[in-house]
Amino acid sequence: MDTMTEGNILEVRDLTVRFMMNEGTVHAVNGVTFSLPEGKSIGIVGESGCGKTVSAYSVTQLLPKTARVSGQILFREKEGTITDIAKLPVDGKEIRRIRGQEISMIFQEPMSSLSPVHTVFNQLAEAMILFQGMTKKQARERCVELLKLVGIENAERRVDEYPFQFSGGMRQRAMIAMALARNPRILIADEPTTALDVTLQAQVLSLIQEMQDEFKLSMILITHALGVVAHMVDYIHIMYLGRVVESGPTLEIFENPKHPYTRGLLNSIPKLHGKRGQRVSSIPGAVPSAYSLPEGCVFRARCSERRSACMYEIPRRIQVGSEHYVSCCLYDGEEDQYAANA
Amino acid sequence: MPQMPEDTVLQVTNLKKYFPIESGFLRRKVVGNVRAVDGVSFYIKKGRTLGLVGESGCGKTTVARTILRAIDPTEGSILFRTRDGIVDMATLDNKGLKKARTEIQMVFQDPYSSLNPRMPIMDIIAEPLRAHGYSRKDQEERVNELLELVGLRAEYARRYPHSFSGGQRQRIGIARALALNPSVVVADEPVSALDVSVQAQVLNLLLDLQEQMGLTYLFISHDLSVVRYLCDRVAVMYLGRIVELADVDILYGQPRHPYTSTLLSSVPDADPRSAWHAKAIKGEITGPPREVRGCAFAPRCPYAVGICKSTAPELRSISTDESVTHEVACHLAEELELEGVS
Repeated sequence: MDTMTEGNILEVRDLTVRFMMNEGTVHAVNGVTFSLPEGKSIGIVGESGCGKTVSAYSVTQLLPKTARVSGQILFREKEGTITDIAKLPVDGKEIRRIRGQEISMIFQEPMSSLSPVHTVFNQLAEAMILFQGMTKKQARERCVELLKLVGIENAERRVDEYPFQFSGGMRQRAMIAMALARNPRILIADEPTTALDVTLQAQVLSLIQEMQDEFKLSMILITHALGVVAHMVDYIHIMYLGRVVESGPTLEIFENPKHPYTRGLLNSIPKLHGKRGQRVSSIPGAVPSAYSLPEGCVFRARCSERRSACMYEIPRRIQVGSEHYVSCCLYDGEEDQYAANA
Repeated sequence: MPQMPEDTVLQVTNLKKYFPIESGFLRRKVVGNVRAVDGVSFYIKKGRTLGLVGESGCGKTTVARTILRAIDPTEGSILFRTRDGIVDMATLDNKGLKKARTEIQMVFQDPYSSLNPRMPIMDIIAEPLRAHGYSRKDQEERVNELLELVGLRAEYARRYPHSFSGGQRQRIGIARALALNPSVVVADEPVSALDVSVQAQVLNLLLDLQEQMGLTYLFISHDLSVVRYLCDRVAVMYLGRIVELADVDILYGQPRHPYTSTLLSSVPDADPRSAWHAKAIKGEITGPPREVRGCAFAPRCPYAVGICKSTAPELRSISTDESVTHEVACHLAEELELEGVS
């Protein structure tokens, strides 16, 4: 029987995802461990290709058929039993139930993740009729109510329109309404505001925060924008090339970053109060290809503090503070129980 | 011959670009105009950078494309100082354009679609040289020089774009733009497709090149943080018009247009302790208007009064010091107490 830490609704342990491609094997996720405490929000942060989206998609098994997943994804059901999502058959009833009722997702590009040939009502009501046994009339009332909740004006009329009749911000609001339609317990938001302008981003993020409070959601926010997670989540997991290199409470990560990559990332963000002509510090080089992972620490080629040990040793996950973990050869200490070891 | 102040390189006056809306099936006729750019004026002094910021659809890219005559302006003049005197880009014929464009060049947003995947880097960078009759040997020499200038190794010249990362590709795009030794570079969102750790590398490269070569930049971006590091003066656009234009520190420190202030407060700073009130303004940017009545921002403006809905505000100077630029298009510029960033 699997056990989970008290208070966690989701625990991902030693998750590994590989894609078998004609060109070779893509090592997208290599031993990722994180947990989501009930009612809290965590941010998974990293640059393109770091595996943040793949990690999150494995939670709802939304990966393409070429994916090979191993590790544990433990989910605590309402009644307290624990389900290992990684062991569920990909097209089975169980995973459909979890996707339909327990874990909802908001995607990055609202235009490409809403169906262009169905009205907003059809798309919103699908889960209500399918999983909650509502009649069409009940579903309609609930849809209008939800659209109003997410701030869409004239909801009674708008509900019968198609996504192309909505503006970018409204589409993302409709998507949030759809995610909430099933009363989920976990919300996974994958770059929910990356496609939006900055004033809209502010609107949509505060809407997500309100909804999180209102529905008592636990949330996983996936983003590349450190500015966004700084204000949105309780815990941060920094990923690089398929590994979590550092994780901890938000304030701790920003004020006491331990991993050279986290530090580099924080320093390379241009600030609103910068100075004309000032150079922003950058991390040299580029992210290596996930087809052929370097041996040892995956960050070493770009690291300014690398040592000889980094060449051959895969850094262990070490506790450096209360709830603060780092995977880097610069640090010594107790290895964590669920150490990444791919 | 047109005149402009000695140290000015580019002077745009009352630039307009209307795209006709056609209707009807058999007999197409113009039923209105999309005013993508509607009376934009600015100048850039030699060796300086003007930032053009705004949300998607505000017309900033159309301004750039019109200046290079990738599209023809509807109205207005674009005075450009070449080595052989001042020309008006708006009225040049093809022969004149070819000559003028050796001195004004563009860097594009997406380094993945702006490089031909079937051409080796050598040919990509040498293309402008070939068009202007350089010998094969001179082309090679110049390309090697350029690669070194942008921080790439000369032996990369034989590779194809797919073997480069996003940051390297953008360096190649910059090298191509510099091939003919231009005096002005128009950069349209040159770093927005890049990851944050790499974005800083390209920003620093642009700053270095400007210092080394005395380049003049028109820098187009939606990212206010990036703009602050690169620009001397910044123009904020909203629906085809400049709403505020000021020296960079004044625009950020003491914005006088409600839209500028909103933009600044919408950016989430990468500091969990900073207040990010996200006092999101209502609504979102509408499409460019077909007709203009009143201030385009009035429907979203929390301060709008009667006059804002009836009369469009002109861009006027509110600076008391001649050496300082500060122009605002707002009826209430003197009365409002707006927040900026330090």
